Amino acid sequence: MRVPRSLISGAMLSLLVTAGALVSFVWTPYDIEVLDVAGKLRAPSAAHWLGTDHFGRDILSMIMMGARTSIAVALLAVGIGMALGVPLGLWAAARRGSLLDEVIMRGNDLVFAFPSLVIAILITAVFGASAVNAIVAIGIFNIPVFARLTRGAALSLWERDFVLAARVAGKSAFRISWEHILPNLTNLLIVQGTIQFSLGILAEAALSYIGLGAQPPVASWGRMLADAQTLVSIAPHVALVPGLTIVLTVLGLNLMGDGLRDLLDPRIRVARS
Amino acid sequence: MIRYVLARFASLILSLIVASLVIFTVIEIIPGDPAAFMLGVNARPDTIAALRTEMGLDASVPARYLSWVTGMVQGDFGQSYTYRTPVAGMIADRVWVSLPLAVYALILSTLIAFPAGIYAASRRGRPGDMAVMGATQLGVAIPNFWFAMLLVLVFAINLRWFSAGGFPGWDRGVWGGVKALTLPAIALALPQAAILARVMRSSLLDMLGEDFVRTARAKGLSRRQALWRHALRNAMIPVLTIIGLQFSFLLAGGIIIEQVFFLPGLGRLIFQAISARDLIVVESVVMLLVFAVIVVNFAVDLAYALVDPRLRVKG
Repeated sequence: MRVPRSLISGAMLSLLVTAGALVSFVWTPYDIEVLDVAGKLRAPSAAHWLGTDHFGRDILSMIMMGARTSIAVALLAVGIGMALGVPLGLWAAARRGSLLDEVIMRGNDLVFAFPSLVIAILITAVFGASAVNAIVAIGIFNIPVFARLTRGAALSLWERDFVLAARVAGKSAFRISWEHILPNLTNLLIVQGTIQFSLGILAEAALSYIGLGAQPPVASWGRMLADAQTLVSIAPHVALVPGLTIVLTVLGLNLMGDGLRDLLDPRIRVARS
Repeated sequence: MIRYVLARFASLILSLIVASLVIFTVIEIIPGDPAAFMLGVNARPDTIAALRTEMGLDASVPARYLSWVTGMVQGDFGQSYTYRTPVAGMIADRVWVSLPLAVYALILSTLIAFPAGIYAASRRGRPGDMAVMGATQLGVAIPNFWFAMLLVLVFAINLRWFSAGGFPGWDRGVWGGVKALTLPAIALALPQAAILARVMRSSLLDMLGEDFVRTARAKGLSRRQALWRHALRNAMIPVLTIIGLQFSFLLAGGIIIEQVFFLPGLGRLIFQAISARDLIVVESVVMLLVFAVIVVNFAVDLAYALVDPRLRVKG
């Protein structure tokens, strides 16, 4: 079995960002809480590899701290989506065609009708802006994604012989879903999880850009871009660095998702060979 | 067909009712009294009470929900708490920025995605295909608001072809309005075009593997002819769905781009309303956006049924 090239390059990019976030817990090149206004908006140099921002903070250090926020928000949002969406999808599939199935699927459609940004705005209007609310807003939108995917895949598994065998053996729908259906969905969920993770990174950046995400002093890529907006003509690097970081992170995750799909989905493998 | 349309219509109405209930409930649980907020901390209790009565806040919760919904159906969105003007009027002014922006972006996205997707599919596995697919990978990964900032840097600040933001208003000429919306529309359209091009390509490739295409090739059509005459029309079904979804996304996604370009659209209205705690405006704009999404999805479902008779049966 050959490992797809996209998986290797994507995983390397993703590892780089994760490493940056992890290292920031023990070490960053500079302390981002120390302001140095005299040294503000410096272009990249040997002392500051990615330059400094409008408060003279080291941008590389800010990027590393921001990586924590991005990863934490996107990861937890995927967690919410999976934790609620997968059981709902399994439940709907186990009772296919019933009223319950109908209610779950219509509920999904309804959440889809609220663009995640609109959910975020509503939540912010009620509870105020914070990273936690960004997680909830993105997470809510992930629920129907996983519920739909799980239901669709589970429905076809329910038709399979090994499920029939389990039913004949007298297992309950709950045990069949848990012991036979779910393990067969793992690959699918990993691939979709990677995709939602990258969408979560983009959504977090967008929310903190418009001020609805993590609040100062928590560092975030989106807010770095918001701060950079008025400075872009005098010091382009303050806008280029966080933006390119987001692009490379999302690109890495998407490549990894594509690669994982090629690796894990046997049907595609057969079709390609 | 009529039964299908009726069933879909009933579920449309049901979705709208549930959505309005959700939005109303969310706004309802917000702590704080809008009347007290408007009058400030030094207001006398009887003044606040008078304003509450005037704003209709004294009525029971179900009564207020009913009056909000029946008002909206008649085009009356209530009075803004801060500006004391009808919300409907405020929204109407802003819609003429947000809606043209979404339509403009949708047109651009389609114009980019169709040729790119068809080209990639016709060159499957060759360098041209790889280049288009690589570009779409990049397009999906670029945050549109950052792309917008780059566009401003290059085309507004350095080249001075466009203004960096603001909107002159349609009464000052259509051309000025279109020009002001061009950079925002490009920024909005780019990631959508990337997604659409991928859908177009994979949908076409699926069709090219179908028997009817093989038949067309067997009767002597070249690969290119088979693609244009037979595969393309059938490949349009998934593409249409995505276009429908994208329209609602563009309408809501415009909120962020409007912030980058200081456009006086629904997005800015909603942010001003949040900071002023003008909740009736927040409520109405959110409802309008959700309404648009639900109705567009309904229209797409119907278009689907018209294009593909097989789908009507499933209902």
